[in-house]
Amino acid sequence: MNTFTLGLVVVIYLLVIAYLGYRGYSQTKSAKDYLLAGREIHPFVMAMSYGATFISTSAIIGFGGIAGVYGMGLIWLTALNIIVGVFIAFIFFGRVTRKMGHNLDAHTFPEFLGNRFQSKKIQIISGAVIFISMPLYAAVVLIGGARFIESIFEIDFSLALTFFSIIIAAYVIAGGLKGVMYTDALQGSIMFLSLFFLLIVTYQKLGGVSAAHHALTNMVDMVPDNLKTAGHEGWTVFPKMNSAWWWTLTTNIILGVGVGVLAQPQLVVRFMTVKSNRELNRAVLIGGIFIFVATGFIFTVGALTNVYFHNESGQLAIQFAKGNVDLIIPEYINAAMPEWFVYLFMLALLSAGMSTLSSQFHAMGTSLGRDFIENVFPHKKFNSMMLSKLSIIVAIIISIIIGYKLPGSIIARGTAIFFGVCAAAFLPVYFAALYWKRVTKTAAVWSILSGVVASVFALGFMHAKESEPLGICQALFGKPTLATDFPWMIIDPMVIAMPVSIVVLIAVSLFTQKTSDEHLAKCYHGVK
Amino acid sequence: MLGINDPGVLLGYLLSIAGLIACVVYGVLNWNKGMETSTEEIQRDLDWEEKDEHIKEDI
Repeated sequence: MNTFTLGLVVVIYLLVIAYLGYRGYSQTKSAKDYLLAGREIHPFVMAMSYGATFISTSAIIGFGGIAGVYGMGLIWLTALNIIVGVFIAFIFFGRVTRKMGHNLDAHTFPEFLGNRFQSKKIQIISGAVIFISMPLYAAVVLIGGARFIESIFEIDFSLALTFFSIIIAAYVIAGGLKGVMYTDALQGSIMFLSLFFLLIVTYQKLGGVSAAHHALTNMVDMVPDNLKTAGHEGWTVFPKMNSAWWWTLTTNIILGVGVGVLAQPQLVVRFMTVKSNRELNRAVLIGGIFIFVATGFIFTVGALTNVYFHNESGQLAIQFAKGNVDLIIPEYINAAMPEWFVYLFMLALLSAGMSTLSSQFHAMGTSLGRDFIENVFPHKKFNSMMLSKLSIIVAIIISIIIGYKLPGSIIARGTAIFFGVCAAAFLPVYFAALYWKRVTKTAAVWSILSGVVASVFALGFMHAKESEPLGICQALFGKPTLATDFPWMIIDPMVIAMPVSIVVLIAVSLFTQKTSDEHLAKCYHGVK
Repeated sequence: MLGINDPGVLLGYLLSIAGLIACVVYGVLNWNKGMETSTEEIQRDLDWEEKDEHIKEDI
């Protein structure tokens, strides 16, 4: 690996991004009717922009690595990403959210919920939940980029994380939050091409589609004994039903992320910024293709890395990556791909990190400043520009610190925890806000709170993967988890917490005061 | 099929492809539908976008 060439490629990429950002900014500034002019966006630009926001380094590095361990069963997450994350999200959530958000003059997800239920309390609580929980997700996205840098330069992880964080922070602070369409489009295109090429070359290296799959199927005898006992039956086979491996794959990895995507604050905001329902209709087509390639291809490659490493070194992918799931994809790219592709993939990860993190930092910054502080201290006159900037800088610093502290093999788990908390806290309320007129303000407050409390309880006292290292359960009750019966210590906290939140929402709604017809008419004005 | 024999994994791939086809078909059929036609609605959207721009400018 030529460090100078890679450095040069990265610098050129950053200059192009800066130029496109400046061009987009100056164009919109010079045109008086920029809002109108900006309404006509080329579908290709829009397509790639959506893709860049959706797919992060977490999906590529974290979940690609998970496929290296769990195998092709992870393709179910692709199915959910397309069906739930694109089709259902855009058609059934996006259209109503867009119209209702505009009716209620909402500009953040907490503000949307707060205005829908006429409750500053809901806005404050939601802002706090997002600001507290999202740094974990931002941290694992940072780790995704850092692991690749660590692998290709063979440098210390902390140094790699520092390097990646500096680039991302500089981009965000220099104006990346504005999410100029053209920079997003370039980033989405690089990601799409990289992942497309990655699958093609992988099949080519392994002798074709069928040969590669057959080789992976034939590796079943190499499944380590402890994994066999847990339910692992090979990398082209779904885990044994009702085994520990099955529960982990279905609830922790597939369901948590596949369903949790519906209540992602940074994606909900995206619905409101869409110009019209026509754009949402077009995005369904384009988003479906992008997600199919981006996730389906990397998950397939992730599983197939086992064949490559077995052929080359006699090891499984996870063994070659020294037990760190997050290093499987970086090690594979570094070992199997041509040098020029390593440069391209570096740009793909920078793109994935920049586009996703900018929307995350935007969500965290507005949650702290606009949704929390401005409503907790309504009588104080804040300089909102300073408050927003400070909030974002705080969010960046916290995320980077968490990134340094987290252990290996954390990217997919960290993502799933955040998605799970969002699903339990917000999804029932968000769905009811759009489709159930009987839902009440009091019920919304209690549903969000019960979802958060149930999630925290399940994480701290039931789900062994978190409760054991946290140690609170051990300190209070003398055992690592309160869940003694299988499979409760393995099931994802969301599977426990979301039903709690749903039951509370329905039960409290039935016994509390309805929202006024006048306010409902305002919310649903123009909603078709 | 193509070296994969497990129905669980095959079903995952089939669902992904079915989802992809559904997205493409929906997108094609509705490619030009959904534009706002009412002046009042367009103005409301423009007002919202203008305010959103100001909020982003603050950041």
